[in-house]
Amino acid sequence: MGWTSEQPLIQMRDVRKKFGALTIIDGISIDVMKGEVICIIGPSGAGKSTLLRCINALVPIDSGSITVEGQEVNDPKLDKLALRRKVGMVFQQYNLFPHRTALANVMMAPLHVLKRNRAEVEAEARALMRKVRLDGKEDSYPGELSGGQQQRVAIARSLAMQPDVMLFDEVTAALDPETVKEVLVTIRELAEEGMTCVIVTHEMGFAREVADQIYLTDRGVVVEHGPPAEFFTNCRDERTRRFLSQVL
Amino acid sequence: MEYLAVGLPEEGARTDPVSRRELPTLQADMIDLTPFWDWFRELYATTGIKLTIFYDAFDRARFANGFLTSIRLMGLCIVASIVIGVLGAWAQGSRLRLVRLGTAAYIQSFRNTPPLVQLYFFYFALGSYLRVTNNLGLAVPIVSNFTWATICLSLYAGAFNVEIFRAGIEAVPSETVNAAEALGYGRLAAYMHVILPLAFRISLPALNNNLVNLVKTTTIAYAIAVPEMLYVANQIWSDELNVPEMMNVLLVIYVALVGVVVYVMGRWERAMRVPGYMP
Amino acid sequence: MSAGQRTCVSPPSYGQGSAGPLPVLKPFRLGAITAASPCSSLTARTGALLIIALALSVGIGEAQAAPGTPSILATILKWTPLLAQGFALNITMSFLAMAIGTVLGMALGLGLISLNRPVRASSWLVTQFFRNAPWLVLLFYCILLMPFDVRIGGTIVPLPGWAKSTAGLTLPVMANVAELVRGAVQSIPAGQWEASEALAFSRLRTLRLVILPQCVKRMTPPWMNLYALVVVGTPLASIVGVNEAMTLTGDVLSAEGRTELLVPMYLYLLTWFFAYCYPIARATVALERRFQVP
Repeated sequence: MGWTSEQPLIQMRDVRKKFGALTIIDGISIDVMKGEVICIIGPSGAGKSTLLRCINALVPIDSGSITVEGQEVNDPKLDKLALRRKVGMVFQQYNLFPHRTALANVMMAPLHVLKRNRAEVEAEARALMRKVRLDGKEDSYPGELSGGQQQRVAIARSLAMQPDVMLFDEVTAALDPETVKEVLVTIRELAEEGMTCVIVTHEMGFAREVADQIYLTDRGVVVEHGPPAEFFTNCRDERTRRFLSQVL
Repeated sequence: MEYLAVGLPEEGARTDPVSRRELPTLQADMIDLTPFWDWFRELYATTGIKLTIFYDAFDRARFANGFLTSIRLMGLCIVASIVIGVLGAWAQGSRLRLVRLGTAAYIQSFRNTPPLVQLYFFYFALGSYLRVTNNLGLAVPIVSNFTWATICLSLYAGAFNVEIFRAGIEAVPSETVNAAEALGYGRLAAYMHVILPLAFRISLPALNNNLVNLVKTTTIAYAIAVPEMLYVANQIWSDELNVPEMMNVLLVIYVALVGVVVYVMGRWERAMRVPGYMP
Repeated sequence: MSAGQRTCVSPPSYGQGSAGPLPVLKPFRLGAITAASPCSSLTARTGALLIIALALSVGIGEAQAAPGTPSILATILKWTPLLAQGFALNITMSFLAMAIGTVLGMALGLGLISLNRPVRASSWLVTQFFRNAPWLVLLFYCILLMPFDVRIGGTIVPLPGWAKSTAGLTLPVMANVAELVRGAVQSIPAGQWEASEALAFSRLRTLRLVILPQCVKRMTPPWMNLYALVVVGTPLASIVGVNEAMTLTGDVLSAEGRTELLVPMYLYLLTWFFAYCYPIARATVALERRFQVP
């Protein structure tokens, strides 16, 4: 499918998802253009995380459509490998593989999944570790690293697949306040380099700094969205006002 | 009965004055351990501690055979039970309901019954049904008692191993699997590179515990006359009337053998720890 | 995870925020706290399986039986009182071995945690020795090397075979209970010891009033699992000539001399063991759930 960069990189139209009797996503439509940084905020609930997982086909949707670079994610004949090469994901619980060193974690996917040359992959992996400011920790096991360091290794691991868009699922929620900043700095640098990012976060200050668009979701629908300047000062919806007054 | 031929005496050899058994002829390439063995003969002469398994060649050969048979039984059972465990853990996750039920039935029946009764069941009950006629026209068992013992003990330990491997696989959180999938790993590749290595490391302590129990349980093969160490020792003390000495030797050797297995497994466990997450 | 199905009826929670623990590795649960516990999966389904197998084998046996011989069911019922006697001996041996072994094991366990280095070392040696020794070899040892009678005071107390077998079973029980005690004591948080020390408790008093009462709860499920292992291990005594249920079954089979009786009789014996172990298994599982150690 001919996808050009004028079209949205990710296009979600009326996505719906139920778990049993509970409706988690109730008709969400979002467009993400190339190079944009989208922040999704909202009250705690599985809706936002589920939405991210629907984008890279970890969770199937019930109805609606999600296309990534023109490729429909809901298609049963989808080539999941091709999709996951384009879409990288970083989880709240880091989910590093504890039995391999940090460098091995970063190298594993390009080696096993993409079957690339080992020397090249290793050189790139070391460069990525340097980029997330963890050079010197290549041979440490995840269990020997702090939470912030593990999260940065997780970011490097996703970047190793050279994705076109990165999804961040509340990546700082499980970290101590001191280590939150080091991860946010890494993400901001990524955004400034032009990586398309969809970030689910509770860090309002970070969202205000880095986002191009902010979406507020509540009970499975998008309540309001807009650029940070408008969003935080001139919000229209009552629910948005209430939420912001609670968190700011 | 199966004997591994190890140094049994030939015809026309010298005889030992005490037991009148034949001594093996000393060949040029054999190390002459006679002075070492003679020390035990002295021991008998002076203190009355009769350790014929050292100074009497026939008993020595018998006991060595028994020891090797024990080792062979233990080794075969360990390998077979691990293979059964892996296959069973895979079968328990099968899509076919029949396969899953069959595996569950196998595990339940072998875990909850005494291994001795299982052994008798296999050897006497099943063995009496499965008879083939040999070339003399006599009905003989389809496999030897050593093989029955191996089969039964492997199935017994394998049943526990299936549970252990299954618990190991389930201890890998689904989020880790999600992370592997998000990186583009397919189902099989995720199993090979992420789930199985982690599951193996997690289940290693329980697996080692089970294998040590297996090694101890192989002694029940005595009950169906498998010529392992205990059985051979029984024969020796019936001939030589040196029960206390033989029992002590047996106890020491078994404890040492199991101790070696425990030590080796412990080293392996330590080499396989996941740093930071496992003590 | 099995068969690639995801049946979530409640939405999955993808993280619990900074308050929740990170599930890097979920706890390794075998359905029981100790591995290789025969009673942890004793369910009604196993019992049903056993009954079905028994019924099937009786049926097959009847088909194979020569006409005019008494039915298999009748034969089994005829011999049941004898088997019950034998089984009672199994139970008695298991009780005694467990009782005496527990008392000795607790003493040995205290030796394992002693601050006195020689005591600790020798306790460790004894525990390792009896944990590593095969049960059958220990049984042989006791049967062959214990005297036929013992002179206590002025009376001669005879030691029958079953008593010597019980002694043989007591030894591994002692070693395993010692390990249980050691494990339980070491799992009590250090804060308990510190608090007791701050209250000027001596070590012995701390153990007696604070540590051991808390240990009892933690030790009970694995202790019950050990009992199941002992019950399932009593047939070993048949090899050394004790007239318990296993030996009697063999005697019955050779007395009757009918091959079609083999499978039903052994299955019948297994049913006896199952019927005894099943309530213990249910109780163990219930206790484990109640005493779930965080």
